[in-house]
Amino acid sequence: MSKFRSPLSVAKGHGSAKSGTHHFWMQRVTAVALVPLVLWFCLSLAMMPEATYATVVAWMKSPFNSVMLMLSIVASFYHLSMGLQVILEDYVSNIKIHMASIMIMKLSCFFFASLGVFSVIKIAVGG
Amino acid sequence: MAEFTLPANSIVKTGKTYKAAEGVTNVKVFNVYRYDPSTGSNPSLDKYEVDMDTCGPMILDALLKIKNEMDSTLSLRRSCREGICGSCSMNIDGRNTLACTKAIAEVEGDVNVYPLPHQPVVKDLVSDLTNFYAQYASVEPWLKSDTPAPPDQERVQSVEDRKQLDGLYECILCACCSTSCPSYWWNSDRYLGPAALLNAHRWIKDSRDDATGARLDELEDPFKLYRCHTIMNCTDVCPKDLNPAKAIAEIKQMLVERQI
Repeated sequence: MSKFRSPLSVAKGHGSAKSGTHHFWMQRVTAVALVPLVLWFCLSLAMMPEATYATVVAWMKSPFNSVMLMLSIVASFYHLSMGLQVILEDYVSNIKIHMASIMIMKLSCFFFASLGVFSVIKIAVGG
Repeated sequence: MAEFTLPANSIVKTGKTYKAAEGVTNVKVFNVYRYDPSTGSNPSLDKYEVDMDTCGPMILDALLKIKNEMDSTLSLRRSCREGICGSCSMNIDGRNTLACTKAIAEVEGDVNVYPLPHQPVVKDLVSDLTNFYAQYASVEPWLKSDTPAPPDQERVQSVEDRKQLDGLYECILCACCSTSCPSYWWNSDRYLGPAALLNAHRWIKDSRDDATGARLDELEDPFKLYRCHTIMNCTDVCPKDLNPAKAIAEIKQMLVERQI
């Protein structure tokens, strides 16, 4: 940055990105959604009579359980990607590494969320 | 910007010791950060043994006594000595505060005095607040109205509207809050910090101001505003007992409300 730039010009920078509120709001929305989802998930596991493969598969085949599982996976990974994005924005100041790390993180979250959702569908509708 | 390795000249070395005069019994030790960037040498922590029997009650009294009677090379800012100018903000006993309103009796043991954290040091306890002031200027802290003022009177507001400004207008721009904020330490080049945002909110809340929407537009930014993670150091240290964290939360709330 040129030392001849005025302090005000440095402070104003590139101006406002006119974004951030959606991110902030969705972080809260997913957090609220995860409260019942996580409670349901923990209670369901705790109330399972025995955690054998057959019991868990049978449990997952119920439409309610499979939908709740998919919602949990989507909400968790959405919330995770937004939280990790904040951490990367906070601590990675090199703009190239910043952009690359956020891109890799978001694609990874999308991949694992898709993998989870597809696995639930496969078990739910598979033979 | 996060820095995990510090430059060599950030290591604070042990400095000189200034002993109290013979026969002085009531001594309090002040360890004061000393740094002169023009010399190229590392900062040091000088030790001053101050005679409490001839010293005023506040930290600023002790610092001025040191400057007047023990070591005139010590640099610090001060002006009003009653907590209204914000000049003598510094880190005392591990907390940002005003030297003039912090009593020596509040500190147990030795008193450690450092400049405000994570700002360039001009000399000793004087930190360079150029960016901090520019960020304050960037929120355009003045009344903006397209409505002409009445020709025969001031722009009036109700008692209730005026009350909205309580807890906001009292900010003295001492920078204690912003320089105590970890988010501001890492990203002060892009994050406006609690002081500038509290002052932005002061004008957003002003019933006489027409530019509320434009002001919110300017703040809606992942870095300018949303680097605030509600750490609340700002509210914890404010020597005027203001609540910048609440002001920032209210700005975020207004931004959400206007789009859902």
